[in-house]
Amino acid sequence: MTAIARFRQAAARVRDHDLWHDFTASKIAVGAAAVTAAIVLAALFAPWITPQNPFDPAELDLLDAFTPPVWAEGGDWRFVLGTDDQGRDLYSAMLYGARISLLVGFASVLLAASIGVTLGLVAGYAGGAVDAAIMRVADVQISFPAILVALLIDGVLRGILPRDRHDELALYVLVFAIGASGWVQFARTVRGSTLVEKNKEYVQAARVIGVGSGAIMLRHILPNAMGPVLVIATIGLAVAILTEATLSFLGVGVPPTEPSLGTLIDIGQDFLFSGEWWIVVFPGVLLAALILAVNLLGDWLRDAFNPKLRGGVAR
Amino acid sequence: MIALVLRRLLQSVVVMLAVALIGFTLFRYVGDPVAQMVGQETSLEERAALRDELGLNDSVVVQFARYVGDIAQARFGISYAIDRPVAELIAERLPATLELSLVAALYALLVGIPMGVYTALHPARLLSKAFLAVSLVGISLPTFFIGILLILVFGVWLGLLPTFGRGEVVDLGWWSTGLLTASGWKSILMPAFTLGMFQLTLIMRLVRSEMLEVLRTDYIKFARARGLSDRAVNFGHALKNTLVPVITVTGLQLGSIIAFAIITETVFQWPGMGLLFLQAIQFADIPVMASYLVLIALFFVAINLAVDILYHVVDPRLRIDRGTGAGQGR
Repeated sequence: MTAIARFRQAAARVRDHDLWHDFTASKIAVGAAAVTAAIVLAALFAPWITPQNPFDPAELDLLDAFTPPVWAEGGDWRFVLGTDDQGRDLYSAMLYGARISLLVGFASVLLAASIGVTLGLVAGYAGGAVDAAIMRVADVQISFPAILVALLIDGVLRGILPRDRHDELALYVLVFAIGASGWVQFARTVRGSTLVEKNKEYVQAARVIGVGSGAIMLRHILPNAMGPVLVIATIGLAVAILTEATLSFLGVGVPPTEPSLGTLIDIGQDFLFSGEWWIVVFPGVLLAALILAVNLLGDWLRDAFNPKLRGGVAR
Repeated sequence: MIALVLRRLLQSVVVMLAVALIGFTLFRYVGDPVAQMVGQETSLEERAALRDELGLNDSVVVQFARYVGDIAQARFGISYAIDRPVAELIAERLPATLELSLVAALYALLVGIPMGVYTALHPARLLSKAFLAVSLVGISLPTFFIGILLILVFGVWLGLLPTFGRGEVVDLGWWSTGLLTASGWKSILMPAFTLGMFQLTLIMRLVRSEMLEVLRTDYIKFARARGLSDRAVNFGHALKNTLVPVITVTGLQLGSIIAFAIITETVFQWPGMGLLFLQAIQFADIPVMASYLVLIALFFVAINLAVDILYHVVDPRLRIDRGTGAGQGR
């Protein structure tokens, strides 16, 4: 079979799938996916579609600082959405900022999912004391909001690491703090699915022919528990992006030399009173659009996979 | 019932001990407490003496027990950054945070419940759809961005409301309140709105879905068949039965409100505990961080306990196996 034929076959399979029908039938889902894709692509290709690199001090000119958007008085076509206090083009800074926001978001969800899925599989499959121990920790952690847990982890790492090391590692610290604060939902869901799946015939059959526990968990149970994981990961992405933005806004996230969307809003807040509203409003709108789109996508995915699975929304 | 209360009480104590252990670990092992207390010129002997005096050479178990004893008596240690007792700092900041949280919670309840009832009773009306759309935006807009937009519109452009601080406060001896002065009320409007926004949408959606469910039940049909007025059915029968979960969730959310006040307090420079905690994180001020953690945990555990017990008092159908699942939807 040629590669093209194989591709056609795969495309046909996608087209015939229930999920695809559900998807194209829902205007909201298509719209949300389009907005998400547009922002992700724009962030990905930021270096090629922006007039300047906002992280490179050589390209910035302080004389350009506080230029308003083009349609306002004093606007300049070089800076469509205006500039910030450093003379950074806001449009460029926003796309580069979205890059960092998305990077931290995806990385923390990946971390949270890895921790959560592993612990959930082990808890569900092993049962007994292991299960009890893992789920008690999960119970305690989930009774505190994720942002508080992330703040605390960040604060502790700040106490342990020397100051300059911390700035260097800020992104990793952030990913670790957000990821470690979000594993519980994954663990609970995967544990639930594991409890159901492990008593089914195919798992028993695998056990009878001597497949090891690890292989059973990874190759047999996990694929059947992935649906809800995808849903939680999508909603988790919205939460992670929001948490990153909040932490950066609070001044404990990424360093201001490489601002994310939250950092830009934090910087802009200082100039609210002197009338430079655009520095804070545009990054905020982009951030809200991104979170709203991902949230809607997650909502749709949840309903599509399982109408009964009603749960939390991103905060 | 007594067995249940005792069991939940025991669980709460275990959780508190676990949190205290985290607080103790932070206190004892993140940074060196002695190095934080003395200057550069202190000799090694003096440091060793201080170590001994502080009991840092005792066994870990003894130190932990002493720590638990200390926090039980509200002796939280001395802040590294400000050099004042942490208990004093917290006592100063507590009223501001609690007032803000209570006003925000009340606002969320008083606005959210009617909005939820309306959207459930008239699902097809334009206003209902508008409410739902607004709630979706309200959930997706980051809290701090809502606050900033409010400051921009009402503070900077219109100049109607103060943008930072609590306004004039009245000192009642052990409690300072901003709710007795006009400037205090003006100052609390925007922060409370910002902080309550998410809870409002949550309550609205909860009331709506519960109400829709209740309206489908048989006893509502029978009430209508008996010829009761719409008002009696909707409010006397339906709403009454949706309020149990609403009370629970609101109770549990009260803890989150206090925690999320960190963000709102930063935006509006509200002199509460959240701002204190955030500054502590920036300066790695471990005693303040650890104490805030213990205190917030105490709030959470106490609220959880109260709500759980209340739940069982209000709804006798619930037994222990469902009791722990309540309010953990998020």
